[in-house]
Amino acid sequence: MAKSKETVSRTLIVALVLSIVFSVVVSTAAVVLRPAQIQNQNLDIKTNILSAAGMLPQGAGAEEIEEIFSQFEVRLVDLETGDYVEPSYVNVQDPMKYDMYKAASDPEMSTNIPSSEDKAGIKRRPNIAKIYTLSENGNLTRVVLPIHGYGLWSTLYGFVSLEGDLNTIEGLGFYAHAETPGLGGEVDNPRWKSQWVGKELYGDDKTEPQIRLVKGGVGANAADKEHKVDALSGATLTSRGVQQLVNYWMGDRGYAPFLKKLREGEV
Amino acid sequence: MADVNAKQVLFEPIFSNNPIGLQILGICSALAVTTSMNVTIVMCLSVIAVTAFSNLAVSLVRTQIPGSIRIIVQMTIIASLVIVVDQILKAYAYEISKQLSVFVGLIITNCIVMGRAEGFAMKNGPWLSFLDGVGNGMGYSIMLLFVAFFRELLGAGSLFGVTLLTPVNEGGWYITNGLLLLPPSAFFIIGLAIWGLRAWKPEQVEEPDYKMSRHTHKEAF
Repeated sequence: MAKSKETVSRTLIVALVLSIVFSVVVSTAAVVLRPAQIQNQNLDIKTNILSAAGMLPQGAGAEEIEEIFSQFEVRLVDLETGDYVEPSYVNVQDPMKYDMYKAASDPEMSTNIPSSEDKAGIKRRPNIAKIYTLSENGNLTRVVLPIHGYGLWSTLYGFVSLEGDLNTIEGLGFYAHAETPGLGGEVDNPRWKSQWVGKELYGDDKTEPQIRLVKGGVGANAADKEHKVDALSGATLTSRGVQQLVNYWMGDRGYAPFLKKLREGEV
Repeated sequence: MADVNAKQVLFEPIFSNNPIGLQILGICSALAVTTSMNVTIVMCLSVIAVTAFSNLAVSLVRTQIPGSIRIIVQMTIIASLVIVVDQILKAYAYEISKQLSVFVGLIITNCIVMGRAEGFAMKNGPWLSFLDGVGNGMGYSIMLLFVAFFRELLGAGSLFGVTLLTPVNEGGWYITNGLLLLPPSAFFIIGLAIWGLRAWKPEQVEEPDYKMSRHTHKEAF
């Protein structure tokens, strides 16, 4: 008996049967649990958007989040021209299904950023961005824009929410990053994030974003205090990364052309 | 291995033969996932499930496995179970699975799982193997929870996400110990835990490899 199970044919049979049995187990688990996972992912994205927009009630359940989120309109924007595009342009029916971060790795749907301009450290930028707008009685009241860029260890992914004037920040938050806990990881700290509320992106010319993360806090009488945010202590590189990525995405290569058109009512 | 009984198999690994404390296995995940109690508990449950069911599965097929491919067979069983656990977490505990990220997948490489499959399940019946998996999983868990307790309490001022010591960053008085949020701090805590464990159960202290002889020679100064 002990000898008989060591033959080559026996070894092959055991390997084959085992592979088949476990591939069935693994694929069953993957297929059966897929709908629940997709639902979780969507809910997670919606939660992050609402949280950046400051519209997430404490301890909101899934239904409540869906309901609040349904007020938003999901739009696709061509970053180059600043115009809205139809979902069919990126081969999807529902704009919610478009993944701009996946598109960023597809050469046909993204643009290489020359390293001299790559302030956010992202190398490629998708051509089409997915944004969220909220209107009341035909007036635009909020715009939520996805942003991402490199900090110290990791790419930070987040959202900026702007008021109807497309200049005042309503909220900013990152939903995925791997910065040092307790230092750069404090980008998640609600107290730090609350500083962003009411800051202004642009100066008078409305083209060049002016956000600065500064050392030592922003006093009540500081010059340009509407553009300045207290940097994270002990996290110079994460703070610099956040400053760069916000300015990149709000600048010419990011959402500035779109925001300009939107402000002038051209889109 | 003739005198193994269920109670021994289940409870020995908790203190007397703790996989982290005595065998010093599974340290890497003990550093990585112990910054908060919630995350740690989910990780512990995942490891218990994987060690228990992989031991069970290996034990059930142990008479059929040819010796030449037994390691890869064990790996396949473990890897499949880990993928299933990962999928379940993504479906039902999405927030926590995001924080655990790759570390659920890395249970595959956790030496404890492989060690028990090869060391115990290959030689014992399914029921005992299952209990051995649960026991070792619990031994791992108790150490992780111990580490996470101190790391979360002193590093972030909270337990299970509930703030107990209000940190300065949130307007309180407690200056958080940032070191405890970083992986190396787990080494200190595990080291102290092992010291405590061996002081309590001196039979776990290893024989020294060699003994320094007394210094007898007088040097001239």
